[in-house]
Amino acid sequence: MSDWIDIGALDDIPQRGARLVKTQLGCVAVFRTAEDRVFAMDDTCPHKKGPLSEGIVHGESVTCPLHNWVFDMNTGQAQGADEGQVATYDIDVRDGRILLDVNRLSARSAA
Amino acid sequence: MTEKLVIIGAGMASGRALEELLKQAPDAYDVTLFNAEPRGNYDRIMLSPVLSGDKKFDDIIIHTSDWYEENGVTCRFGEKVAKVDRERKVVIAENGDEVPYDKLLFGTGSNPFIIPLPGHDLEGVIAYRDLEDTNRMIALGEKPDAKAVVIGGGLLGLEAAAGLKLRGVDVTVVHIMGHLMERQLDEAAGYLLRKALLDKGIKVMCSANSKEIVGEDGHVKALMLDDGTELPCDLLVMAVGIRPNVALAGDAGLSVGRGIHVDDQMITSDENILAVGECVEHDGNIFGLVAPLYDQAKVVAKTLIGEEATFVQREISTKLKVTGCDLFSAGDFAEGDTREDIVFRDPARGVYKRLVLEDNKIVGAVMYGDTADSNWFFGMIKSGEDISEMRETLIFGPAFQGGAPLDPMAAVAALPDDAEICGCNGISKGEIVSAINDGATDLAAVRAVTKASGSCGTCTGLVEQVLGVTLGDDFVIPAAQGMCNCTDLSHEDVRRMIKSQELKSMAAVMQECGWKTSCGCHSCRPALNFYLLADWPLEYQDDPQSRFVNERNHANIQKDGTYSVVPRMWGGITTPDELRAIADAADKYNVPTVKVTGGQRIDLLGVKKEDLPAMWYDLNQAGMVSGHAYSKGLRTVKTCVGKDHCRFGTQDSTGLGIKLEKLLWGSWTPHKVKLGVSGCPRNCAEATCKDIGIVCVDSGYEVSVGGAAGMDVRETELLAKVATEEEAIALTTAFMQIYRENAKYLDRAYKWVAKVGLDWVKEQIVDDLAQRAELVERFELSQTIYRKDPWAEQATPEYNRKKWQPMADLSLEAAE
Repeated sequence: MSDWIDIGALDDIPQRGARLVKTQLGCVAVFRTAEDRVFAMDDTCPHKKGPLSEGIVHGESVTCPLHNWVFDMNTGQAQGADEGQVATYDIDVRDGRILLDVNRLSARSAA
Repeated sequence: MTEKLVIIGAGMASGRALEELLKQAPDAYDVTLFNAEPRGNYDRIMLSPVLSGDKKFDDIIIHTSDWYEENGVTCRFGEKVAKVDRERKVVIAENGDEVPYDKLLFGTGSNPFIIPLPGHDLEGVIAYRDLEDTNRMIALGEKPDAKAVVIGGGLLGLEAAAGLKLRGVDVTVVHIMGHLMERQLDEAAGYLLRKALLDKGIKVMCSANSKEIVGEDGHVKALMLDDGTELPCDLLVMAVGIRPNVALAGDAGLSVGRGIHVDDQMITSDENILAVGECVEHDGNIFGLVAPLYDQAKVVAKTLIGEEATFVQREISTKLKVTGCDLFSAGDFAEGDTREDIVFRDPARGVYKRLVLEDNKIVGAVMYGDTADSNWFFGMIKSGEDISEMRETLIFGPAFQGGAPLDPMAAVAALPDDAEICGCNGISKGEIVSAINDGATDLAAVRAVTKASGSCGTCTGLVEQVLGVTLGDDFVIPAAQGMCNCTDLSHEDVRRMIKSQELKSMAAVMQECGWKTSCGCHSCRPALNFYLLADWPLEYQDDPQSRFVNERNHANIQKDGTYSVVPRMWGGITTPDELRAIADAADKYNVPTVKVTGGQRIDLLGVKKEDLPAMWYDLNQAGMVSGHAYSKGLRTVKTCVGKDHCRFGTQDSTGLGIKLEKLLWGSWTPHKVKLGVSGCPRNCAEATCKDIGIVCVDSGYEVSVGGAAGMDVRETELLAKVATEEEAIALTTAFMQIYRENAKYLDRAYKWVAKVGLDWVKEQIVDDLAQRAELVERFELSQTIYRKDPWAEQATPEYNRKKWQPMADLSLEAAE
């Protein structure tokens, strides 16, 4: 079951940019592509904990600002030779508002 | 007994519903048709050809008064409906007449959205919606030297602008988004469209925010943008979108959201009331293009006669009706993990085609310049046909399916001798072949002898192929050293293209240089951003999203995600007040580490991102600005104390350092730039291992460049010795600018000087005084934009809300 929470307007995030959402389980980075698609994943790079929300967004990927690991925002999977994955979260845009499914966030705390 | 049907609104959707109804059950209803406009149903889509003069209003009427009469429709045109009484099932007209109904159909359409800017109610501010608006625009064309501004770079706005231009009006389109028609087009196609409109003489301003409409005697006089630009106009057309007209339905107590809610049978929350067209909201969507409205109309007719029908939303496509701008868009062209792009670009012909594939099917298409195959592609989107068999040639359209791909070398070999290879210099294949036979056996030699590929550079690959074909195994075509995986062109090629083709936006570069990705990558985007702002300081707008985190956040990110803050200390000089302010900031924001840097200033390490703007504000209050310790730009000017204090000092090295820093700060460069000014050859400021070093001597100033003290350690080389401080400053500035204009992104000055040779640099800025002056002038022009404190700019409440704070804090929400 999904549990959608309104986290803000699409326009709060610059195109090809990201903003943070603070949760009890750490920060979630919410990305907006040039094509206005929106993705959410954990902000922390599995390599050396770089903040992915500060990376350069290109296509549907983001490059970690610390050591240039590139993550596919659809899957959270590191690209190329690097191996690692960050958790992704369901997200939806309705009428210009961004909704985050917090179900998985709380489910993870229960686990 | 014949039932009574009342229709509110005689637009295209309700008109089509009426037509379908009369066709299938001519005698089922006694129809009364209200329309606020004093006329019946006409083809609103064709208002643009009426505006441009291609058609007359009579040509676009769909239902004539004869037609209404023949079909027994009672027309009440020019009359608004005041109220719907659902209890008594009557419609009440403005004059109080009551018309009873058994079934009621809302076709109230939409209202153009008028941005509530100050002055929006002035005379001469119109929408583009009906014949009255069109006639206002046509009338403007009769006036000599008329000017118009169109707000909105969507379909309707551009058609209005093109029509006005054809009527002889001077038109400017003001669009808030970064590229035109952003809902239908990707950035590359938007760029080509903009270029075509500019060629037609239509001015286009993107990323432009309207602030105020200025009037005089109650009539519009100009549009003011928020950057202070004033665009004079006699008419201002707002074409920024539509809002479903739901007021009457809402007053009647029907369920409305953005539009009037309807189910799959087009029935509203009242079983006797239906709705159709732009006023409708179905399954969360509203509709503005004609195809789905006509589908709805069919369903309405069926529902009215009691037959089963269901409205299903389907793919729609868009074509722009502006002569000379062939443009097509259909389906979904967002990128996705499971999606792949096929992109075709032909910069010379201005052609761009992009197909978006998913599961071996075409799901979206954008075409510009050549839309001949658009219907075929649209058919493929709708049918969902598997395209894996024809994938290699798919982008070339239906005519090429089944052909074998051609080997490029064979294609070059097959070219006749008079085939043109280099368009810029008019060099044929034959001329290149004879140059090769005369001994020019590599690219540089061919370029030197024939000039082929020496201008815009796009034919470089072709020239290499001619070399390969002519010399056979003696010539190995060099592996392309592209900037990154997005392009095979080198940094130098791209810089040359930006200058020679006057490319002034990232979309322009990616289109004209044939980028293979839709929006670049972390490697090319920062480089392009620098090249564009260095070459077009006034025209290009810096793109923070294409900058590395440090330059976007104006602080240095540390390994733990905190930042370091370094205020500028001009020439390494500070005051007790500044030091107190730094100490206060360190206390206030719990700075764990305070360090003196090698560049003669103070670094506050371990600052949280959220604290940056407040800390900057405090430092600004004490008169300090960003030290740009994070930038590919001017960092520090290190000085010694000079002749004011030092026994050996020959000149005022501290003063010169401060002058230089105040002149150069804020400028962006290919890599970081550090300066040093020493007051005597003892060189206490270590000037001779800086990017630019000045050593003062009794007789003047020795300006040297290309030092390094990092992974490589190098001593600077003397550029020139000059007699006066002014000359030293001019030479330093000219070097900064020539480095900015020519070097590859991320080449430090020493690397770049090694590539071009110090002698070349001397020729340009030491010997050629005119050139030196021009470089200084261009640098100063750029500095009018960039010599500013980013901290002061971003330490505002708006930036704080939009950038520095998290967009939401859910940490206080109860976790269940």
